[in-house]
Amino acid sequence: MSEPMIRLDKLTKRYPGHDGAAVDAIDLAMPKGEIVILVGPSGCGKTTTLEMINRLIEPTSGRIFLEGEDVTHVDPDQLRRRMGYVIQQIGLFPHQTIAQNIATVPRMLGWDAKRTNARVDELLHMVGLDPSRYRDRYPKEMSGGQRQRVGVARAMAADPPVMLMDEPFGATDPITRERLQNEFLRIQEDIGKTIVFVTHDIDEAIKMGDRIAILDVGSRVAQYDTPEAILSHPASAFVEQFLGAGILLKRLNLSRVEDVEVATGEWPTIDRGSTGEQARAQLRKSGRSHLLLLDDQRRPARWIGAADLERSDAGTGDLSGLGTEVQACVDLRATLNGALQEMLLNANGVAVVVDREGAYAGTLDLDTIIAAIRRMRAASPDGDVPLDPA
Amino acid sequence: MTVSSYLQRRWDVVLQLTLEHLIAVGIAVGFATVVGVLLAVAVYRNDRAVTVLLVVVNTLFTVPALAYFGALIVLVGLGWTSAITVLAIYALLPIVRNTVTGLREVDPAIVRAATGMGMSRFGRLTRVELPLAYPVILSGLRVATVLIVGIAAIGAYVAGPGLGELIFSGLGALGTARAIPEITIGTVAIVLVALVLDGLLALLGRFSTPRGLR
Ligand SMILES: Nc1ncnc2c1ncn2[C@@H]1O[C@H](COP(=O)(O)OP(=O)(O)OP(=O)(O)O)[C@@H](O)[C@H]1O
Ligand SMILES: [Mg+2]
Repeated sequence: MSEPMIRLDKLTKRYPGHDGAAVDAIDLAMPKGEIVILVGPSGCGKTTTLEMINRLIEPTSGRIFLEGEDVTHVDPDQLRRRMGYVIQQIGLFPHQTIAQNIATVPRMLGWDAKRTNARVDELLHMVGLDPSRYRDRYPKEMSGGQRQRVGVARAMAADPPVMLMDEPFGATDPITRERLQNEFLRIQEDIGKTIVFVTHDIDEAIKMGDRIAILDVGSRVAQYDTPEAILSHPASAFVEQFLGAGILLKRLNLSRVEDVEVATGEWPTIDRGSTGEQARAQLRKSGRSHLLLLDDQRRPARWIGAADLERSDAGTGDLSGLGTEVQACVDLRATLNGALQEMLLNANGVAVVVDREGAYAGTLDLDTIIAAIRRMRAASPDGDVPLDPA
Repeated sequence: MTVSSYLQRRWDVVLQLTLEHLIAVGIAVGFATVVGVLLAVAVYRNDRAVTVLLVVVNTLFTVPALAYFGALIVLVGLGWTSAITVLAIYALLPIVRNTVTGLREVDPAIVRAATGMGMSRFGRLTRVELPLAYPVILSGLRVATVLIVGIAAIGAYVAGPGLGELIFSGLGALGTARAIPEITIGTVAIVLVALVLDGLLALLGRFSTPRGLR
C-alpha cells in the first residue's frame, strides 16, 4: 500500500483516575481519498480516537502520522488548520452569521475578503444552500439539517486534505439524514478527501464507508475492512452481533446485479419484426409460458404469453400490441435488494436486466437471489466461500 | 424658597454637580470593567481561582463605604481619587461575577469547535468566548452602574465630586430655607441619573448584541 494519509501507531489514551484505557494502543492506516468509518457501541472510544488525530485530546502514548510526517508533537493549531473537523454537536458560533461561521479558517489563514466571500458562496452552493438566502442568517434561524450542512461547509472551508467528522448527521430525522448522506457522497466524489467518519449506526457505516473499522471497548479494532468483506466475513462474534440481524438484507444492498449470474437463455426473446407464427414456434421450443418482445434498439418491450398469441391472427398482425408492457427494468448496477423489489412487483417473478444503454441483458429470478443469499451464508465465519466469483 | 425657585437661581450648579456625578461614575465603572474583566478572564478556567476571586470581591463589597472613605483619606487624602477608588471597588463585584458566569456558560462544544479549527487560545477568547459572554457582562455593568450612582452620593464626605454635595449641604443647613430644596433636588437628580444610565445601557445592549444572540 502507498503511504497512507493518516496512520495511528499504538495510539493510547488513559484518563487519570480511570481504570483501563479509553483508547488502547490502536493501530490504523487511513488511505488517501477514502472514507474510513469508525463505528462501535457508545463509549467505546470513537470520539477520543478521532480527537487524538487533531490533538484536541493529547495521546498518552503512541504516534500519529500525517502523510508520513510524525505530527504527534507539532504545533496543534497549525495541525488543526490542515484538518477540517465537524464536532458531534456541530458547534456553530451563534453570534456570527452563516457566512462568518464558514469563513472562520480562511480568516485565520489571512485570505482577503474577495477570496473568502467567493469561497463561502461556493461552499453554500455545494451543500445545497442558496447563498443569497442563507449567507446573512444566524445559526438559530436555520433548521437542524441546515445547521449540519453549515457545519460540514465550515470544516471544508480552507479545502483541507483531511476531514474528521463525528456523527455529522447524528441529530437529524431519518429522511434528512438519508438526504445529507447522499449529498455528502456526491460531494466526496468531486473532492476525494480523506475522511475519518465516526458513527454508531452500522447502516450509515455500510453506506458511507470505503472502509470500516468496527471498534470494541477501548477502541480495540475488531475488524477493519471494506463493507463487503466485513459483511461476508465478519471476523468475530462481536462483529456479527454488531452487524445485527438484517445482515443478509444489508449484503443484498451491497451486491449488484452485475455481481451475480444474469440468465440470458432463460426466457425466449423475439424481435419486433417477427410474425406470430415465429413467436409461437419460439415459445413452444422453449417450453416457457411467456416470451419477451424486444424493440428495435433491443430494449425489452412486452411480455407475451401463449394465450396472447392464440388470440391473434396467425402469421399476420403486429406483435407489439400483444401481452403486457415490461414495467420496470433493473440496471446491471442496481443492487440485488432493488432487483428483489422489482421481482416482487413483477407478475412473472422475474426482473428484466438491461445494460447501460437500456438494451436487454438477461433476466434475474428469485432462485438466483436465493442462491446468492445461500452463498453469503456459506461465506459467514463457519463457512469460507466468498460470494463474488471475482 | 421652593424647589423651582432654587433651580431657577442655581441651575448651573445643579448641572455642574450632575455632570461631575456622571463623570465620576463613568470613570469608576470604566476602571472596574477593565480590572474586573481581566481578573475574570485570568481565573475563569480554574475552579479554585474563581472561588478565591469571588470571596475576595464579595468581601470588598461588604465593607461599609464610610470605612473605605476613612481609610482612603488617610492614604490618599480628600478628593476625587478617593471617591472614585471606592466606587470602582463596589462596581467590581457585579462585573467580575457576571464576566465569570458569562464565560463559564459558553457552550463547551462551541469552544471545542473553535479549538478544533485551529483557533488559538487568544483567538478563542476574543472571537468566541467574550462575544458570547457579552450580554451577561453588559448586564453586570448595568447593575454596577446603578449601584454606584447611589453610593457616589456619599463621596461628598471626602470632598468627592457629584450630587452628594448638594444633599450634604442641605443636611448641614437644616432649618434654613435652602435645606429642603437642596436635599430634594440632590436626591431626585441621583434617581434620575440612575434611571437614565440604566436606560442607556439597556439600549446599548439592544443595539450592540448580535441578532444571533438575542
Ligand atoms: N474527559 C474524560 N475523562 C474521563 N473519561 C473520559 C473522558 N472523556 C471520555 N472518557 C471515557 O472514555 C471512553 C470513551 O469515550 P468516547 O467519548 O471516546 O466514546 P464514544 O465512542 O465517542 O461514545 P459515543 O458514541 O457515546 O459518542 C468512555 O468510557 C468515556 O467515559
Ligand atoms: Mg462520541
